[in-house]
Amino acid sequence: MKTVPLDQAVAMIPDGASVMVGGFMGVGTPERMIDEIVRQGKKDLTVIANDTASPKVGIGKLVRAKLLRKAIVSHIGLNPETQQQMMSGALEVELVPQGTLIERIRAAGFGLGGILTPTGVGTLAEQGKRQIELEGKIYLLETALAADFALVHAFLADYLGNLAYALTARNFNPVIAMAGKTVISDADHIVPVGVIAPDHVITPAPVVDYLIANS
Amino acid sequence: MDAPNIIARRIARELSSGMLVNLGIGIPTLVANYVPPGIHVFFQSENGLIGTGPIPEEGMAHPTLTDAGGRPVTALPGASTFDSAVSFGLIRGGHLDLTVLGGLQVDQSGRLANWMIPNKMVPGMGGAMDLVSGAKRVIVAMQHTAKGKAKIMKNCTLPLTSMRAVDLVVTELAVIAFPQGRATLIETGPGVTAAQVAAATEAELLMPTHIPEMPQ
Repeated sequence: MKTVPLDQAVAMIPDGASVMVGGFMGVGTPERMIDEIVRQGKKDLTVIANDTASPKVGIGKLVRAKLLRKAIVSHIGLNPETQQQMMSGALEVELVPQGTLIERIRAAGFGLGGILTPTGVGTLAEQGKRQIELEGKIYLLETALAADFALVHAFLADYLGNLAYALTARNFNPVIAMAGKTVISDADHIVPVGVIAPDHVITPAPVVDYLIANS
Repeated sequence: MDAPNIIARRIARELSSGMLVNLGIGIPTLVANYVPPGIHVFFQSENGLIGTGPIPEEGMAHPTLTDAGGRPVTALPGASTFDSAVSFGLIRGGHLDLTVLGGLQVDQSGRLANWMIPNKMVPGMGGAMDLVSGAKRVIVAMQHTAKGKAKIMKNCTLPLTSMRAVDLVVTELAVIAFPQGRATLIETGPGVTAAQVAAATEAELLMPTHIPEMPQ
């Protein structure tokens, strides 16, 4: 794990990269990294996240700045700008049921090719998917979903990169931390090793590549 | 009492102690206001919380303690937090006793459409498909009609949320169940007749000989 300043961390992300971002309606989104992506004007990003938040919050800022080529998300209902850009064809949106989305990400991070889920059978969500019948029940084969980068927001990070999360800001964060080729974390507090007890570490240090330094 | 509160109060009668319950946005959220005395249930927010409590007092909101709509909530004693994979494991894995969701349309076999209106409103399914496919029991909370048009129809014209039939639809006019896959009027709303329900419903409704009024 290396500690890097915010601007250098974001500079590692090339235009066209696929980027997983933690957060649920902006709660648990690494907001400083989002602001820096906007400042550096990254282009053609594919964002994989639960939702696109609202226009002035979290991933909504990336939508507003038109930095996205594609969004793979479960919900865009609270961001009219995402809906407008989708309707006009400016932004490709792949809507995935939330439980399927998180399991596809988990599969990638856990070394699995995909998962079988009953969710979406017989709906628009099954288009292009294989159905598999097991013991009389029908499932969809949903493939693993990885990304070039995972941008993880944590409550606590220790000097080694062990991470702990707060309340409902956990959401997608520990799951994407396993599924990004390069994992960058921004924590509310950087604390000495040992402050987070082993039992309270949710994301173990070796999966975190970079920790953003306090400014 | 207005329609949303009539609906929420009736659904709250389906709660029993120890249940794990997920309430959707809108009318379903109101169910929490009518939990009968002596009944203790766990409310789940699918963003990663069991033990969701009421809206915090002014000035007491915490930015990382929110519901699935991103609004501040409180956590009751005994609450737990977890990531989204665990949250949907609870939902799909047979651990969620009841989900209450809003609806746009329900067909006469009980299948729900509630996540999009093509070319008009495409909010995304969020957790709805997982909730309807995975919860042990599914109740739809919705007004009986929309701008005078029936929402309980022979066939949904909107894309379905799941092939799995819901267990109960509660509106301000009726409680409808789906035994053997057929819409059946089991209660009427306060002061509502079965004929009024039928007139506001496009689906073919089975009418048992005795149809009680929704308990007050």
